Amino acid sequence: MSAYMQHALVAGTAIAAACGLVGYFVVLRSQVFSTDALSHVAFSGSLAALAAGIDPRVGLFGGSIIVAVAIGTLGDRGRPDDVVIGTVFTWILGLGVLFLSIYTSAHGADNGAANVNVLFGSIFGLNRSEAVLAAVVGVGLCIAVLGIARPLLFASVDEAVAAARGLPVRALGIAFLALVGVGAAEATQAVGALLLVGLVAAPAGAAHRLTGRPWIGLALSAAIAVGSMWSGLLVSYVFGSIPASFSIMAVATAVFAITHVPRRRALVSR
Amino acid sequence: MLADNGAPLTWNLARDVTQLFEFHFMVNAFRAGTAVAVVAAAVGWFMVLRRQTFAGHTLGIVAFPGASAAIWLGLSATVGFFGFCIATALVIAALPRTTGSGSSSEEAALIGTVQAFALASGFLFVSLYGGFLNGLTSVLFGSFLGITDAQVLTLVAVAVGAVAVLAAVRRPLLFSSVDPDVASARGVPSRVLSTMFLVVLGAAVAEASQITGALLVFALLVVPAASAQVITARPGVSFLLATVFGLVITWAGLACAYYSPYPVGFWTTTIAFATYIAARVGAAAVPRFARASA
Repeated sequence: MSAYMQHALVAGTAIAAACGLVGYFVVLRSQVFSTDALSHVAFSGSLAALAAGIDPRVGLFGGSIIVAVAIGTLGDRGRPDDVVIGTVFTWILGLGVLFLSIYTSAHGADNGAANVNVLFGSIFGLNRSEAVLAAVVGVGLCIAVLGIARPLLFASVDEAVAAARGLPVRALGIAFLALVGVGAAEATQAVGALLLVGLVAAPAGAAHRLTGRPWIGLALSAAIAVGSMWSGLLVSYVFGSIPASFSIMAVATAVFAITHVPRRRALVSR
Repeated sequence: MLADNGAPLTWNLARDVTQLFEFHFMVNAFRAGTAVAVVAAAVGWFMVLRRQTFAGHTLGIVAFPGASAAIWLGLSATVGFFGFCIATALVIAALPRTTGSGSSSEEAALIGTVQAFALASGFLFVSLYGGFLNGLTSVLFGSFLGITDAQVLTLVAVAVGAVAVLAAVRRPLLFSSVDPDVASARGVPSRVLSTMFLVVLGAAVAEASQITGALLVFALLVVPAASAQVITARPGVSFLLATVFGLVITWAGLACAYYSPYPVGFWTTTIAFATYIAARVGAAAVPRFARASA
């Protein structure tokens, strides 16, 4: 097995497990749309850091976590409608394009590559230290999510009762969104900013359809995510022309689709 | 974008505007942009009224695999934009509609997954085609360079067709958008209208994608209409205002991109965002005007 595949497996396993765990709560708490919002920030944050000449991961993690905490802090008061969200996040993408052009004009030669890596991930492009760091952050994220899993479950299922029992519901919500920010940044390194919602939502959505029991669901979500990651990486390793982010998403989507076979549900309208 | 080799910006506004039209590609960009701005604002106006911005967003996302599949197969991107957007519009129209905001979290997960998968497929086509990395940026984030005469003709023809359809059904469409139940009770064929509108929306998204890029269609589709509807509630006036906003955003975006090193996608989204903020602030500052015209 070549070195790049080993790096991809090490980083990918930890990232997928973390995304599966975070995703389970994201779906449980109906925060898929917040994750979608974070993907725009992940894109523009990475490119802003590149344009400023620093490691893109600084902008990626910094931007995602800050905006996640901001969403958590502001989120309760009046949900903004689709038009406002769409307008703001389209503009954030526009800013990303600006940073991209600043970066490319400064580094003439490697034109589209940076853009592609941020948008669609570059899991086969990780070097040893990047892979180890991504894996360490992924494992840390898993531990953090499992650490707050019990109170978070309680607060997610019945917020009022949890608050009455003295649980710091609001702080838990904000802490969880910060973890979602970390998860979004991790997923961006694997499948890219445009596809991270899929890696967070598909395994979790499948797990929620398969079981209503929370602990089994959590484990199932992580297992489906890791399984999608492994089979996707394997497919792309064997068939070099198929990008890894596509194979990973294709497996995850297929698993989610299979859970829908018996009952059909509406696709449109949020 | 052409600041290095084109003529520089001067203080003489008339001269600057003449310079904008010196190159044929720039004339084509303005022709195409104008057609797109008008149709996007018109269709977007109904879309915002019908609360279907989300359908517009989904159509914009499928525009990307559409264009990249067409390029991979050796067809023109235009074919892919129109084919995928209109086909997806028909799929959305055929799906049972859940009304209101009562959609479950699981549905959101499903929607997110479907969108991510569509984008991943687009990336697959791009990778299979190979050597298309720079083109990827323009498919996703827009470009105004190299629009051919034939493309302008297609864009204008589709725009005229879409606006003609909207004009023909404007009264029943407005009625069924504002109050679908009463409209149905009065014998307005809401379902047929809805399908027809989604197809027109698909065409408009495909048009807008070719200027703003697949990911930034909101700038031309939603912002002009949303800004106009913030300012006034009178349908006729806000419809005209939306068209004006759309044209201003497009023209100013193209001009800024021509005279600066920064891409058109950045300029159109920024001008659009500023327009929306200005409309909100303006409407909040002058509430009497908004109420008087309502």
